[in-house]
Amino acid sequence: MSDKKKFTHEKIETNNFLMIILIFIVILFAGIVEIIPLYFQKNMLQPVKGLKPYKPLALIGRSIYVREGCYTCHSQMIRPFRAETLRYGHYSLAGEFVYDHPFQWGSKRTGPDLARVGKKYSNNWHQIHLTNPRDVVPESIMPAYPWLNDTSASDGSIKNKMKALKMIGVPYSEEEIQNSPDALIDKTEMDALISYLQSLGIHVR
Amino acid sequence: MHIYTDDAVKNFSIMAVFWAVVGLLVGVIISSQLIWPELNLGLPWTSFGRLRPLHTNAVIFAFGGSTLFATSYYVVQRTCQTKLFAPFLANFTFWGWQLVIVLAAITLPMGYTSGKEYAELEWPIDILIAIIWICYAIVFFGTISKRKIKHIYVANWFFGAFIIAVALLHIVNSAAIPAGFFKSYSVYAGVQDAMVQWWYGHNAVGFFLTAGFLGIMYYFVPKQANRPIYSYSLSIVHFWALIFTYMWAGPHHLHYTALPDWTQSLGMVFSLILLAPSWGGMINGVMTLSGAWDKLKTDPILRFLIVSLSFYGMSTFEGPMMSIKTVNALSHYTEWTIGHVHSGALGWVGLISMGALYCLIPKLYGQKNMYSTKLIEIHFWMATIGIVFYIAALWIAGVMEGLMWREIDPSDGTLAYTFAESVKAKTPFYIARLFGGVLYLGGMLIMFWNVIKTIQNKRLIESKIPELN
Repeated sequence: MSDKKKFTHEKIETNNFLMIILIFIVILFAGIVEIIPLYFQKNMLQPVKGLKPYKPLALIGRSIYVREGCYTCHSQMIRPFRAETLRYGHYSLAGEFVYDHPFQWGSKRTGPDLARVGKKYSNNWHQIHLTNPRDVVPESIMPAYPWLNDTSASDGSIKNKMKALKMIGVPYSEEEIQNSPDALIDKTEMDALISYLQSLGIHVR
Repeated sequence: MHIYTDDAVKNFSIMAVFWAVVGLLVGVIISSQLIWPELNLGLPWTSFGRLRPLHTNAVIFAFGGSTLFATSYYVVQRTCQTKLFAPFLANFTFWGWQLVIVLAAITLPMGYTSGKEYAELEWPIDILIAIIWICYAIVFFGTISKRKIKHIYVANWFFGAFIIAVALLHIVNSAAIPAGFFKSYSVYAGVQDAMVQWWYGHNAVGFFLTAGFLGIMYYFVPKQANRPIYSYSLSIVHFWALIFTYMWAGPHHLHYTALPDWTQSLGMVFSLILLAPSWGGMINGVMTLSGAWDKLKTDPILRFLIVSLSFYGMSTFEGPMMSIKTVNALSHYTEWTIGHVHSGALGWVGLISMGALYCLIPKLYGQKNMYSTKLIEIHFWMATIGIVFYIAALWIAGVMEGLMWREIDPSDGTLAYTFAESVKAKTPFYIARLFGGVLYLGGMLIMFWNVIKTIQNKRLIESKIPELN
């Protein structure tokens, strides 16, 4: 093999630097092709009608949702199938998620999808359910979250959170950021999480 | 006298065994919580949503990662017949990686998470990981640079691709804007964030859990079987095809979502193509045994390695099937996915790691064999039977719940089952899965004990670099 003049794999496997460069080039293509065009497709970037960035209380609620790992058991993505739209409502649209850093579509439904759970149940139902799920759904295997009733939603982080999101393109006004702590006065983490859940998927019916 | 630098290899090998026990134990705990939800004992930091990321991080990055560091440092020295480049950096990667694991074990139960699967760790830890990874690359490729052998051995291509790809994936996917010391927001939103995440997530499987472990396979299977690799040309073709194709397959995690159709189709096509290079690796490994099949009867370590390749072949067949959109419509969001992941993780990654560590540990501690071959045998059967219980239970549970979710009552066109009914129907299968998991953990505990006894017997022998003429 090596005594022929034409190119053989020997060239690569005897050259450390060439090997590194070629591996890097070969693995680069897919990401470029699959990710970058998504920033140029208009309907992937445009919010659906009526969608606003999360209000301060709901934003704190979203942090709690992420913190408790709710996404490990609940999806937020309704697929366009009859059985799915019957159960959960209109299938999900890209424009509903443009302010979601990070996305919380999930990959597993140990519990039901939550993409359109907003306004489906009362605040009171959510509070009972989150405090002990089996009080309202006897078959439920969801953990109970009673401590959310006792912890304050206001930990002094809200302005930093909104400022950070503003830096990556979420259109909060300076005034909204300045006034944000007022929205958290006397609110518990339970209130915040419920406020987030009630905001999910309400702009598409 | 020239001796190999094996400090980091030894340390990583022992910690791999230890973290396997920890990671599997957390898995057993959370699978019990799905049967008895009160098992978090009312505490926030033991609830399912916080422990599940701890389980995945512990088994992938603590157990899998330590195994990969140990074997790659060992293999790159032997196949280049030279010492490690910059051994102090190799030791730094050991202590740094253990620090990352400990930080993960503290911060994840506290609820500090970026909320992206398999990339949950918050930004300060992400930066630490990036630094360690760059040092790892320097040690690994530095060692290859000073090799005494002209050719770079095939195992090192796979280790090399794994190191480069994981660096790229980790840095791109973890890009986030901090909003406090342990809180950050992904710079990507919605659809774009989903695509970046599954480009990362699928290749955490493709490179961390596949390419790296194929590197292990390409050294330890021929070594233990005492035969050359079946086909050199096949290794070239399937290497380049595998690393190219894997990178495209991510969108199959997002079928029928708000991701554009063209991206989903692209992901599906490449996932189907991926079957070929995956099976190329399996065939190359299994066929290495041709002419030496009888060794499987007497050598339980070889059995670990070969059965792991069978699970690799099985899950890389199942994976492309599940990426077909019509199949995915049923399987997605169900236990089937969890079963699929575990046939790869417990079957392929777990068994090949155990086989390699059983080869490695006695050599590192100056022994001919492990303390007890009988115990390796018992471990093998516990692990294999455990996996079968695990995946069979979740296949049934997954297909069953997928069918229940879509069942329409023909008399009035409404849904036939409530969601709660599908949850309740899964309980017996959750119990079967737990049983499989406990068996697998039990096998690992036996290995842990076997390793301790082997080390206690140690006579310190440093292994010499063979003289070349």
